[in-house]
Amino acid sequence: MKFVDEFRDAELGRVVAGEILAAVEPGRHYKFMEVCGGHTHSIYKYGIDDLLPANVELVHGPGCPVCVIPMGRVDDGIALAHQDGVIFTCFGDMMRVPGSDGSLLDAKAAGADVRMVYSPLDALRIAKQNPDRQVVFFAIGFETTAPSTALTLKRARAERVANFSCMCSHVTIVPPLRALLESPDLRLDGFIGPGHVSTIVGARPFEFIPADYGKPVVIAGFEPLDILHAISMILRQLATGRCEVENQYTRVVPYEGNLRALEVMAEVFELRPHFEWRGLGFISHSGLKLSDAYADLDAEQRFAVPGLRVADPKACQCGEVLKGVIKPWECKVFGTACTPERPIGTCMVSSEGACAAYYNFGRFAREREVV
Amino acid sequence: MCLAIPGQVIELVDEANYIAKVEVAGVRRNVNVGLLGGGDGGVGPGDWVLIHVGFAISRVDEDEARATRELLEEMGREYEQELEELKASVIE
Repeated sequence: MKFVDEFRDAELGRVVAGEILAAVEPGRHYKFMEVCGGHTHSIYKYGIDDLLPANVELVHGPGCPVCVIPMGRVDDGIALAHQDGVIFTCFGDMMRVPGSDGSLLDAKAAGADVRMVYSPLDALRIAKQNPDRQVVFFAIGFETTAPSTALTLKRARAERVANFSCMCSHVTIVPPLRALLESPDLRLDGFIGPGHVSTIVGARPFEFIPADYGKPVVIAGFEPLDILHAISMILRQLATGRCEVENQYTRVVPYEGNLRALEVMAEVFELRPHFEWRGLGFISHSGLKLSDAYADLDAEQRFAVPGLRVADPKACQCGEVLKGVIKPWECKVFGTACTPERPIGTCMVSSEGACAAYYNFGRFAREREVV
Repeated sequence: MCLAIPGQVIELVDEANYIAKVEVAGVRRNVNVGLLGGGDGGVGPGDWVLIHVGFAISRVDEDEARATRELLEEMGREYEQELEELKASVIE
């Protein structure tokens, strides 16, 4: 319990750790998935898995928006960035994601005008400042981020910014969870629901998990105590035979979500028939594209985009990590050929990625255990 | 990009476009508060919000804002990088 003393409320931390201990059935193995990369980060940083009884295992889910972008999509972005007159804008994390022949950062070094932006509104400003250039925003992220892109597109439309367009790679959280629940090689006992995504979508979209699959979901905040508390709540549901969606993060997440954000998303986006996820393959109705009403702002319609399909590198096991089938350190190239400085797989790129989080916080402790 | 960082609304600078000036860790930048509604239901000076990619995505109370900031400060590098990116942002 050495880490508990570092929590904001060490006493409460001990109480919750005690509750967890009291709720587990000896001899039963529990596998819980934390969906969100922010939770993965906290779990490794605070050594939360070390606080849990040995029969409670945490599995890291697909909730890192950078990690799930497939190589072909990066290659498409790079192809767009190299077109004459294009300024290609994206979030900083996305710049380092490897495509089949380098990253957007490499494309920039090779002469493409690739610019990092903090916000899609920065990309729109760049478009207004460069009316003789075409400015493309590479939009990634789950429902946390998609409403921001939607409002930016609405503003581009209202202000008639003709040289702005969006390469939409937004994804939605429910379809990959359903795919994981259908996956025969993964047996889960419950979910720690995502905090920020739920701020937008609310708790209702997760109700299918207890209803159709009989697994509890507890939406959690990002403090170590939040995560421990959520685990305790899942265990209590299992111990008492309940199965529902509970919201541990009520101080930020309303059960109904953010209706205004959901409205603008519904106006600006529509579901793609299918979208490819890194390591998970094609998942039906899991990605967003611009709706017909906004098709003129769709970079994939404005430019010739190759639409590449590139297989994940053979050595990389991001898919198994994203599905929680293996732990980051069980990947053949983890920490050797694949490091945060020179990532092969996307899970090593973002600090929210399971591999990067583990590399940064857990690797040395694990090595000590092995020795 | 995945962080949501707390900031306090200083003033609304462009009501038509829902742009507000917020203060985050001593830095003042413009963000969009349109996801939190407009008019009487919208945010105003003094309110605390969580900011993600230049948009306020939820309103929080001051205690939650402080707790979130402390958690982020413990993250170190990632939070500093997010603040650097926010500083470089010019939302109009």
